Amino acid sequence: MSNEKMTLRDLEVNAAATVSEVISDGSEIGDGFKTRLEAMGIIQGRSVRVLRKAIAGGPYEVRVGSTTEIAIRRSEAELVLVTPA
Amino acid sequence: MSVSLKQTGATVVTTNQKKRVAFLGQPNTGKSTFFNRITKAGAGVANWPGLTVDLMQAEIPIDGQTVEFVDLPGIYDLDGFTEDERVVQNFLQNYAIDLVVVVINASQIDRQVRMPLQIRSLGLPALAVLNMADEVKRFGVEINTLELSKSLGMPVYTISAKYGSGCKIAIDGIHKAILDADKSYKVSSLVESLEQNPVTEDDLIKAIEHGVRMPDPGLVTFTNRMDAVLLHPIFGLPIFFISMLVIFMAIWFIGMPMQDPVGDWTDWFQKAALEPALKFLPQIVQDFILNGPYAGFAALLGFVPLVAFFFVVMTALEDSGYLSRAAYLMDALMRKAGLDGRGFVMQLFGFGCNVPAIMGTRTIRSRSQRLLSILVIPFALCSARLQVFVFFLAIILPTHLAPLALWLLYLISFAVAFTMAAIFNLSGHFKSKDPFVIELPPYRTPTFKQVALNVWNEMKTFVQKLSVFMIIGTTITWFLVNYPGGSEGMNTYAGQLGSIFEPLMSPLGIQPLLTVSLIIGFVAKEVQLAAVATMYGMAEGSDGLKATLGGVLNFGSGFSYCLFSLLYVPCLTTVATIWGETKSTRFTIFSVVVSMVVAWVVAFVFYQGWLLFTAS
Repeated sequence: MSNEKMTLRDLEVNAAATVSEVISDGSEIGDGFKTRLEAMGIIQGRSVRVLRKAIAGGPYEVRVGSTTEIAIRRSEAELVLVTPA
Repeated sequence: MSVSLKQTGATVVTTNQKKRVAFLGQPNTGKSTFFNRITKAGAGVANWPGLTVDLMQAEIPIDGQTVEFVDLPGIYDLDGFTEDERVVQNFLQNYAIDLVVVVINASQIDRQVRMPLQIRSLGLPALAVLNMADEVKRFGVEINTLELSKSLGMPVYTISAKYGSGCKIAIDGIHKAILDADKSYKVSSLVESLEQNPVTEDDLIKAIEHGVRMPDPGLVTFTNRMDAVLLHPIFGLPIFFISMLVIFMAIWFIGMPMQDPVGDWTDWFQKAALEPALKFLPQIVQDFILNGPYAGFAALLGFVPLVAFFFVVMTALEDSGYLSRAAYLMDALMRKAGLDGRGFVMQLFGFGCNVPAIMGTRTIRSRSQRLLSILVIPFALCSARLQVFVFFLAIILPTHLAPLALWLLYLISFAVAFTMAAIFNLSGHFKSKDPFVIELPPYRTPTFKQVALNVWNEMKTFVQKLSVFMIIGTTITWFLVNYPGGSEGMNTYAGQLGSIFEPLMSPLGIQPLLTVSLIIGFVAKEVQLAAVATMYGMAEGSDGLKATLGGVLNFGSGFSYCLFSLLYVPCLTTVATIWGETKSTRFTIFSVVVSMVVAWVVAFVFYQGWLLFTAS
């Protein structure tokens, strides 16, 4: 299933995907967020996988590539477009 | 064969009198550990004009030349816009450097390779140090240093800063590179240069395609197995609360009692050495020195063992990687108050003592979130305030109700902190520019050396930074309670202040004599009870004093006094710490004012409500 609109937020636990784009609204904060994610390894073509989701709408724990693990809020995970692997 | 990067030519070439080496790298790369190794822990905090933070700096003689080493804040993006990132940009634009040492967490080379490439694109002379060689092995990352060095176009060294392997070779390499350097470089416009010549995704791939092989993304590590338990959706939080409770108990039962021997020692020193040495001076001068500056310095020293113990716990907690997990676990709740999850841990530690808790907010990267935490930590009911409450509640309430009232004060303490954070968050002044994406580093065992070194450095700066502040504070208070000459009680300046504030304090049910004790309690809660005794002219803790207070206080006015004591500025050391941590006089004054206003409003609402209730 290839759905262009799929984001990191929509991924199930343990499902792997490939980053296709990080969206920015073009504001300073949006661009800053995009570069921060890039520095964390969320770059087009790299693999991401949701390791677990915190309860009560808490953040996701996500593995980026093979050796980086991050916590990201759901609202911010929506800005990462992915293609399921 | 190196990755071809356009160089911007945005770099100004000069020659430094003293050669300068800057350490650069992402957070969690062990950059500062390596910095400590190369400077043999001889670095001190230095103020750089034009920068908003202090940086660690050391001067080291190399082959007869003095070379300056500077540890820049750990940052994710050179072209970012957060506080720390701005500091690094300003530094590279204002201070010429001869060499940049980029420290990289080798196991994450696939993404961290960006920074050395950016530094090269800026045209700065650089050298890369791949740290955490031990983790590389554990993850199964394969790195060919020679190939990587070729593609990066700079020397590359592999080390373990924690265990020391490879450090000697890397340090020799840095020494050689700095001796060979003959030009100094300053970047003219960093962000623009990187915008014009960005390091692309292709560059990253090319840089590591020959020299690096990353493991399979499906790899299951020891950390993953630990997280399955510690970050468990249901068990994660209870485990977190239990571990916090254990740590809190340790601070309470091990850290707190450590203050006593220091107090005994400073008392002994005063009696055995200071008093005889000052005998030749007039009585008033003796009295001033002992109860003014010396008392302030002694109070500060009294905090050292507790703060040191706290830092041992904090450093171990942070180095282990669990503190970042706390942010993950607490985020759903703390987000609503606009606080970082790590702020919760500090708030909790504030119940032991506010001072180290405020220092611990350093683990929060975003400055605005950090300030918000610093603003609400002083509402945490610390152990020093506890003495005041235990004394007063016993007077105004029957024995079986006092513990209940104490428990209520703890609840109020937490509720006020949370509410104030939420209010300030809504006001938008503390809106974080930092995105909430945090790294969850692998679990690591902190080494004794690492922890000890960190604690030692912290204690050095703690005493250096705050001495002056404490001495000035106690000197002023001494003056207020001893002048005009020969006066006592309500006739002193402090007493007169108590009278001036009467219109403000009587709606809270607080009498002028007790107002004075609050003014003196500003120095430290430990002396607040002594001040109450002095003002009523009776021995501290005596039955006579309790009877007198029992006569003048009822539940309403007594509890109102407790509420005010709970919420207004906890002590001078806390204020000094806020100032030392934020380096902002404005913010320090703001935090003092906020706490005063909150204390007044809460006590007012309670006392007036109580009056209405009892009248009906």
